[in-house]
Amino acid sequence: MMMNMVQALNGALAMEMERDASVVIMGEDVGLDGGVFRVTDGLMKRFGPERVIDTPLAEAAIAGAAVGMALNGLRPVVEMQFMGFSYIAMNQMINHAARMRNRTRGRLTVPMVLRMPYGAGVKALEHHSESTEALYAQIPGLKVVVPSTPLEAKGLLTASIRDPDPVVFLEPTRSYRMLKEEVPEGEHILPLGKARVSQEGDDVTVVGWGAMIPLIQKAVAGMKASVEVVDLRTISPMDTETLVGSVNRTGRAVVVHEAPRSFGPGAEIAARIYEGAILKLEAPVERVTAPDITIPLPKGEDHYYVNERMIKEGVERALRF
Amino acid sequence: MLTDEFDPLKGEMLRIMDEEGNVDSSLKPRISKEVLLKAYRTMLLTRLADDKAVKLQRQGRLGAYAPNKGQEASQLGPAMALKKEDWMVWAFREMGALLWREVPLSTYYLYWMGNELGNVYPKDLKVTPAAVPVGSQIPHAVGIAYASNLRKEKSVTLVYFGDGATSEGEFHEGLNFAGVFQTPNVFVCQNNQFAISTRRKRQSASPTLAQKAVAYGFPGILVDGNDVLAMYAASKEAVTRARKGKGPTLIESYTYRLSDHTTSDDWRKYRSKEEVEEWEGKDPLKRFRSYLLSQGILGDEEALQKELVDIVEKAAAEAEAVPAPSRQDVFVHTYSEIPAYLRRQMGGDGT
Repeated sequence: MMMNMVQALNGALAMEMERDASVVIMGEDVGLDGGVFRVTDGLMKRFGPERVIDTPLAEAAIAGAAVGMALNGLRPVVEMQFMGFSYIAMNQMINHAARMRNRTRGRLTVPMVLRMPYGAGVKALEHHSESTEALYAQIPGLKVVVPSTPLEAKGLLTASIRDPDPVVFLEPTRSYRMLKEEVPEGEHILPLGKARVSQEGDDVTVVGWGAMIPLIQKAVAGMKASVEVVDLRTISPMDTETLVGSVNRTGRAVVVHEAPRSFGPGAEIAARIYEGAILKLEAPVERVTAPDITIPLPKGEDHYYVNERMIKEGVERALRF
Repeated sequence: MLTDEFDPLKGEMLRIMDEEGNVDSSLKPRISKEVLLKAYRTMLLTRLADDKAVKLQRQGRLGAYAPNKGQEASQLGPAMALKKEDWMVWAFREMGALLWREVPLSTYYLYWMGNELGNVYPKDLKVTPAAVPVGSQIPHAVGIAYASNLRKEKSVTLVYFGDGATSEGEFHEGLNFAGVFQTPNVFVCQNNQFAISTRRKRQSASPTLAQKAVAYGFPGILVDGNDVLAMYAASKEAVTRARKGKGPTLIESYTYRLSDHTTSDDWRKYRSKEEVEEWEGKDPLKRFRSYLLSQGILGDEEALQKELVDIVEKAAAEAEAVPAPSRQDVFVHTYSEIPAYLRRQMGGDGT
């Protein structure tokens, strides 16, 4: 069935709730309203208010209660309305969810998913355009997953719900309704921690994730060079093998992310490429990113957001070097 | 209902046993002699084991340690009200409660000696590990209780925290959640008058902490935290209320930390000797002992003391004999499966 990302995510949630009675959804306005982006639309009606829980406005308690639920046999899938509001929940994610398995040597685990829309490019309100995946990716014990298309969204969310570890699941706001593609109505599951080569090529590797993937594909579509596009899918734990394997073949790499440049995931990706492919590299790893500034309000957003031209120029620089 | 009789808004405090060990028979909870004796034994063991932990720290054999002295009744009373199927979520100053729930003393020592195996409690024991970030464990208790409720289990979740925690956002968010969802929770605030050096008055202008429950829509009660019978009675009522599906309760245990916050500070810097001496007069162990003696329940005290000292020594030796974690131990539990790059960081087979 042709679906956009919102429908695909909704389908994954419904299927997992149907399959496993321990899966519960919790968050602000996720029930009656179906979530601010309607990702959980209709689920309260179908599964009842005890499993699709409209909560008080309290991000720390949402994440913290999810930790408790997971400790006591549930698989909570909780929603933060926007990434910019998730920071209050970080105490729970970093100090508890991420480390429970290790600090109890596996006696207690926290199989939970913290879902949230992230990213700019939709002219949203202040604090609604954050792309701070690096903050979560820095934390050992957390998995950070980002889908790039509806099909990917269904497969990766299903895998995240079934995963035994806490997953921060970032949904690209810009891609929620941008494109439709064929998504199976039945079960569809993709592996976590595995990157995907979304386009094969020989001359240069372009690495990205989430909303950057369709943008990269558009940017490189008319280029003469043969471009390989790697959709990282999981920021952490990162699939170094696919990444480095690709660059070892192409000899050139461009990392694209909409997060600010400094200390962004691009730096880690570049480091892994240097560590694993230095002898094959024909050019320095190019970084195409947002500048290190506060995300402007909508009128100034274009100064911030990565665009096709920037990607094209980055790829050309890598090829020209 | 004790929560009706003792109104925190009027500053009323539940006390059953006075400082001399005289008991108000109209309020006395029904506890068998065996359980009373076991309670005393656990409190005394806590005192002795706590003292040993401080000594081990001074000798460099145990890391920074949070002493329990003075709070033995405050910790134990609530734990006594729980059943095996009930969850207990502790902060980091509840040794007596852990011992009551049968967390081995050697395991408790092991944690403070700096080994994660000290968080590995016996299988199926419904006790979470220590929560060091103050107040952060409160929402866990709410989530645990919600899950029990969803499965229609009759399990109750009790959570401990201190007076300092009541200033944290997670206290508010957690209790507010509990009130909204009417989760089967018992919130036990061990008000030991200090958050490290900061006095209770600096945490809140609220005359009592128990009265904060009113704003969350459930009962709160102020209890003499050095009276184990009162702590048990208030907790028992709260646990019963939660088990019947009638929602949460906040218990403020009015107590006093007789020792340092941890072995890394010195209480003399922020309070007077006179103040501490005054509270030593209200020692929860002394008053419980007086009561048990008056009832003829306490037998050979010397033999008991010797037996408990042996237990403490044995537990300390057992914990010290546990080897430090291997390199593999500290890597392999980061995720359910170790990623390839992490295996490379670990190097070799990790041994």
